[in-house]
Amino acid sequence: MAERVRVKTLMPPGHVRAPWYLRGKVGVIERRLGAFHNPEQLAYGLPAAKKPLYRVRFTMADIWGNEAENPSDTLDAEIYAHWLEEADTHAT
Amino acid sequence: MPHDHHDHDHFHHEGMSPSGHPYRADNDGPLTYWQRMEIAIRELLIEKGQLTPAEISGQIDAMDARSPANGAAVVARAWVDPAFKARLLSDAASASREMGFDIGPLNLIAVENTPQTHNLIVCTLCSCYPRNLLGLPPDWYKTREYRSRAVREPRAVLQEFGLDLPDTVTVRVHDSTADMRYIVLPAQPEGSEDMTEAELADLVTRDSMIGTGLPRQP
Repeated sequence: MAERVRVKTLMPPGHVRAPWYLRGKVGVIERRLGAFHNPEQLAYGLPAAKKPLYRVRFTMADIWGNEAENPSDTLDAEIYAHWLEEADTHAT
Repeated sequence: MPHDHHDHDHFHHEGMSPSGHPYRADNDGPLTYWQRMEIAIRELLIEKGQLTPAEISGQIDAMDARSPANGAAVVARAWVDPAFKARLLSDAASASREMGFDIGPLNLIAVENTPQTHNLIVCTLCSCYPRNLLGLPPDWYKTREYRSRAVREPRAVLQEFGLDLPDTVTVRVHDSTADMRYIVLPAQPEGSEDMTEAELADLVTRDSMIGTGLPRQP
């Protein structure tokens, strides 16, 4: 997994733990947390494979752009690997 | 006569209590779908011998017994014991268990406030909170207002809590989106160096472990 990652802009229905406001945003991996049962299946009582989970750190500027309250403040969120892609593969 | 109303300039509204406040409506409306679901599942589990009513009551008691005092004890230990603090910052769940707290399967991360960094905890998706250590979250923690504003304008939120942070301090917001729960390790207040561990624990407030407050001053 690359250090710089982008949260995929998927929009599946159901119990998803990748928050809307981070989709499409680029951050850096703050730490690797290990593997946890995928909540997207677990929430429905389905067999849930373990998926790698990361803490991803975004700057407020990464998330809110010019609207950021303080651009260098940060936000960390836990994002599953299947919601992340290398940031440089779809650079815009 | 105090209860002779003839010469009083106050008046009573229909439906008001003698002190002039509205009576609170009884909360005996029809059950919601999910309340019926909970009762049905609970009764089935009991009928099928999976759980006893005493076990359910016992679990509620155990949940109610957890309080911010548990977290305060962990923070105070970290202030007086650098080796414990290092263990807390590398694995806060193990460090809490080491102190004897039964926190179940909780995955806990401690984030440290320093002169350069202030941490704030939120769960934008629901109400994730280290309940197994700190007990139930405050009601405001679960509101849409706190959950949306903490990630959008944390400094404005902190100001409303009475915390005015200079620009030299970086605010780090932690959104509990998945399996981790968070506790802020606040900075030890100046002037508390000679206090005992128990006295220090009394300085640690619930809000200081969420990041919306600072510890009490000694």
